[in-house]
Amino acid sequence: MTMSAAITGVGMSDIGRKTGRPAMIHLAEAARRALDCAGLTRDDIDGICTYPGKADNSPGMSPLGTGEVRNALGLKTRWHSAVPDGPAQMAPIMVAAMAVATGQARHVLCFRALTESSSQTATRRASIPGAGRARLGGWYSYLVPANAMSASNWAGWMATRYCHEFGMTREHLGMVATGQRAFAQHNPSAVMQAPLTMEDYLGARMISSPLGLFDCDVPIDGACVVIVSAADAARDCARTPLTIEALGSALGSQETWDQRADLTTMGAHDACADLWSRTDMKPADVDVLALYDGFSIFVPYWLEAFGFCGHGEAKDFIADGHIGPGGRFPVNTGGGQLSGGRLHGFGLLHEACTQLWGQGGGRQVADAKTAVCGMGGGFIAGAMLLRRD
Amino acid sequence: MRPLPELTPENTAFWTGGAQGRLMIAFCGACRHAIHPPQLVCPECWNEAIEFKPVSGTGTVYSHTVNHQPWAPDMAVPFALAVVDVDGAPGVRVTAEVVGADPESVAIGQTMRVTFANIDDIWFPQWEPAP
Repeated sequence: MTMSAAITGVGMSDIGRKTGRPAMIHLAEAARRALDCAGLTRDDIDGICTYPGKADNSPGMSPLGTGEVRNALGLKTRWHSAVPDGPAQMAPIMVAAMAVATGQARHVLCFRALTESSSQTATRRASIPGAGRARLGGWYSYLVPANAMSASNWAGWMATRYCHEFGMTREHLGMVATGQRAFAQHNPSAVMQAPLTMEDYLGARMISSPLGLFDCDVPIDGACVVIVSAADAARDCARTPLTIEALGSALGSQETWDQRADLTTMGAHDACADLWSRTDMKPADVDVLALYDGFSIFVPYWLEAFGFCGHGEAKDFIADGHIGPGGRFPVNTGGGQLSGGRLHGFGLLHEACTQLWGQGGGRQVADAKTAVCGMGGGFIAGAMLLRRD
Repeated sequence: MRPLPELTPENTAFWTGGAQGRLMIAFCGACRHAIHPPQLVCPECWNEAIEFKPVSGTGTVYSHTVNHQPWAPDMAVPFALAVVDVDGAPGVRVTAEVVGADPESVAIGQTMRVTFANIDDIWFPQWEPAP
């Protein structure tokens, strides 16, 4: 049931906080590195796709669309698209896979660029949807005007309910944050590499209970490129292609952060069930996990959504050491967004590919052959299963 | 000042009902399905006979969070946000600020009643503990 599409190269710019570098410089650097990784040249790229496309919905959220990148990089394409509505930040990789599988293109440059760190100001904070606009529409017009402005509030009430039902504590979330920081100490490109202890975690200021400062990912400036290639074209590339074994995009509830009947689940649960229905592989076959961690609480949700443990069991799964360094199911081995910076899922996928190609250095998971990647939180979710044959 | 919602045919009754002290919820005139956020078409049966009805204005806290971070320059913190299951409107939750209570005292299962804060042409629902 394999899709005839593969990831053949990844590249990330030198990400940082308040870099002051234009988004296009980050993007070009990431593209150059992705082409080098794949053993391709600019002229091999015949497709381009991004999430969400150029958008100023919040500062630095998406400064580049496909048009500007085509122009700046001199691309001549047979297929281009941006995907603002879709299964989370993974949407461009999914539609690129469909594009190569249907012959629309052979090598698609998928990108995500953010300058949230340099763009935000005291009056226009990053990731506050609609910031600076007089009147709001859409799903967040029921949240932002109610002073529920930040996704940390929305994730906060999910976490409150989850903790209430299943007895999870701040310490469990702290294990996610400190475990990922331990990984980040072996990742030279992570923005947060200083050691983080449980005492540091618990002592940090509260943002939106029960989520504190270290439960929140870090806004950064940077770009990441993932090259999706047709299966036959992938064989010409420099590295072993990472076959996209299955994708999951299902969504059973409406597009809100508060109306889903059971908020101890989220869109991820629908997407992951969809993914496993499309493959004979099982969670036990997975070596590396890349799970969206815009907030720490999303990690236990994604663990349960993918079926690595049962509903309500993630706190024990985490406490038993399964997801940190040396664990059987290592999660976000590059530090994730909590320590590596918020590249909106692309950074997590970059790390999963790095692991599958054995390039993880001091954080390398031995002989990693398969990975899952889950992007999104709340109602947005996309799931992917990758394998190196 | 906080951003305000754009008033539209489907949401005006919800955002202005507070002028009469009423929490107005959309219901399908055909199948009685309660719809929130309000829509012009019933998501259950696709009927377009949408009716807004006042509900009692009470509900039960499904979840909550205390916001400590000032996301806008004039935002006074901390304050609690409550996600409330609305009585008389099955499946509908209204998320709003909690007033008239210590933010840390808000608890799952607590009974709330609605009150409203008016800015321009918008009446924001807010939750306060029911007496």
